[in-house]
Amino acid sequence: MSTRDVTLDHVSIRFGQHTAVNNALLNIAGGEFFSFLGPSGCGKTTLLRCISGFIEPTEGRVLIGGKDMKRVGPNKRPTALIFQNLALFPLMSVADNIAFPLEVRGVGRKERRKRADELLDLIALPGVGDKKVYELSGGQRQRVAIARALAVEPDILLLDEPLSALDLKLRQHMRTELRAIQQRVGLTFIYITHDQGEALTMSDRVAVMNAGVIEQIDDPLTIYEKPRTPFVASFVGETNSIPGKVVSQSGFDVSLDTALGRLVGRSAGGRQFASGQDVVLFVRPEQLMLDPGGKIAATVVKEEFEGSQRHLFLEAGNAALRVSRVGGGAELMAPGLAVKLNFDPGRSSVMPAAGA
Amino acid sequence: MERIKGIFGDFVGRHGLGVAIYISASVLVWVIVLIALPQVAMLDYSFRHNLPPAQIGGPEDVYTISNYSYFLFGNGESFNALDTGVLFKTLFAAAIVTFIDILICYPIAFILAHSATGVAARMMVLGLIVPFWVNEILRAFAFRVIFGATGLVNGIGMGMGLWDTPVDFIRADVALYSSLTYSYILLMVFPIYNAVEALDRNQIEAAQDMGAPWWRVHWRIVLPVAKPGIASGATIVFMLTAGALAAPQIIGGPSNLWFTQLVYQWFNDASNWQRGAAYATILLGSCLTFVLLLMKVFRVPIGAIGR
Ligand SMILES: Nc1ncnc2c1ncn2[C@@H]1O[C@H](COP(=O)(O)OP(=O)(O)OP(=O)(O)O)[C@@H](O)[C@H]1O
Ligand SMILES: [Mg+2]
Repeated sequence: MSTRDVTLDHVSIRFGQHTAVNNALLNIAGGEFFSFLGPSGCGKTTLLRCISGFIEPTEGRVLIGGKDMKRVGPNKRPTALIFQNLALFPLMSVADNIAFPLEVRGVGRKERRKRADELLDLIALPGVGDKKVYELSGGQRQRVAIARALAVEPDILLLDEPLSALDLKLRQHMRTELRAIQQRVGLTFIYITHDQGEALTMSDRVAVMNAGVIEQIDDPLTIYEKPRTPFVASFVGETNSIPGKVVSQSGFDVSLDTALGRLVGRSAGGRQFASGQDVVLFVRPEQLMLDPGGKIAATVVKEEFEGSQRHLFLEAGNAALRVSRVGGGAELMAPGLAVKLNFDPGRSSVMPAAGA
Repeated sequence: MERIKGIFGDFVGRHGLGVAIYISASVLVWVIVLIALPQVAMLDYSFRHNLPPAQIGGPEDVYTISNYSYFLFGNGESFNALDTGVLFKTLFAAAIVTFIDILICYPIAFILAHSATGVAARMMVLGLIVPFWVNEILRAFAFRVIFGATGLVNGIGMGMGLWDTPVDFIRADVALYSSLTYSYILLMVFPIYNAVEALDRNQIEAAQDMGAPWWRVHWRIVLPVAKPGIASGATIVFMLTAGALAAPQIIGGPSNLWFTQLVYQWFNDASNWQRGAAYATILLGSCLTFVLLLMKVFRVPIGAIGR
């Protein structure tokens, strides 16, 4: 076990009656890029503050490098937290900001400046050391915050939605940048976001959270392709949800009756369903294909063009369906057109209906 | 002028012409009649001789700097060590009181802004406001009672066996300093609170996260933010302390004069308004110079005050 390991051992955090984090149980390996993904208010920041030591868990333990962190303050943990709003010190120069952790440790002025300049090189912002924080752009501030956290020489870097304030282009650029920095320095990154794109592109593993509960922990591909719960299926990426009743099951293949006729889907997580059970079949829009020999009959409502992709909105058996296709090429489909659809059962998920 | 017209027009648009005229008239009366005119009159007085009424406006009534030179040299040629000494002692004492107030109020303001909530915060604010309910004279006498030979402090101290003959806190000016310090606490807390409240709590936590102990968090993060507030508060407290009259009169040690008491004596006991005005002007000038000097030393821009 490396010093960079983080283990949450049945951690629950409550504020009065409100449970912000419910029984989190996971292990993050040293050097991993681990993301928590979830909607606003699901307890992500709370969990991160708990790992960095600003909140003690109400129940359970936080272990870093195998050591229980109970009553170890934030200034004593090998973590560095990058705050949701960065929390750079506006009255200090950029170099003083970055060198603050060194100042704390009593490193001399010359040495501090040298180290700050090195870190500025690392984040590809050489020569801005003497500027004030407000003279930098959002993306530059972002990188300065990372440099300041790296100056702590932490084993674990905690990032709380650091990209949320940036515009789309910069955000995409910073994703690659962050991942590159992580691989260069080899630290454990624990990253929080409500943006699935960020979580999926950067992470080794993603934990999807909903209302304080971690619903699934897997690598990005598995999260997307094999969601375990209805929440994960619908929160991560677009999806079509088709309710139905189980007819029979053989191995992973579940056959079910739906408003679109009898369909076959793959049991999520290999669950066994009773026949007659209420379930939901999830199929991604890009897994639904136009196929003249397909079993599902549908009518085109409209088609929208969005550059690299086009989105086809359909109606089938009173349900709305969505199909995504590659953007260029053919004319947009006219409303009212009758089409047939098909999908690979292996790329779909069948789950118990909510409340069942 | 354009700007003033603009503001006035805006005000008329929002509140109507009647209100606008009333407000501007009151502001004008306030500024000119109550502030500017008396001060100019006093300044004028300070450069005149103290003449019997018959001679006022006569050939003897000319401008002079004798009132000011009296402060420096007295009647004779020698240096007026007494009055200049009183001035310096007053400024020094006011500076000490201001400094103590900073020490007391900075933590209060910080706690009020960043950790106190609910009942605790309301109790603190109440505790800060209550001193202002008690009038100045009563407060001074209360401190006399507390610090007197048979007062509370001596009672407790001797009861606990810390000292065995009553300490003369009044002669040592402890009572005076305490009273002045206590009187202006709110005026110091408020501007510091204002400045510190704007500080993002995450910055404090970020500093802690980077390993900073509490004192460094304050020295490097909170104090720089509080500085303009401290400067405003210190200016107010310093000016008011240096200009206090009732407290030094009532609980100042017998051998110990406050400069305002000299001013008062010239006006009242010696009926020499001209010299009194000159002394008041000297006090004002020295206070301003002192404040500006300190602001220069601590690198606080003047614009930061009152923000
Ligand atoms: N100090 C606190 N006292 C009481 N409740 C709190 C406290 N901090 C957070 N909460 C509650 O805990 C829940 C989770 O908050 P948290 O800040 O962790 O959400 P989040 O997932 O980070 O959301 P966002 O994406 O909006 O930042 C919220 O319902 C919030 O109201
Ligand atoms: Mg948050």
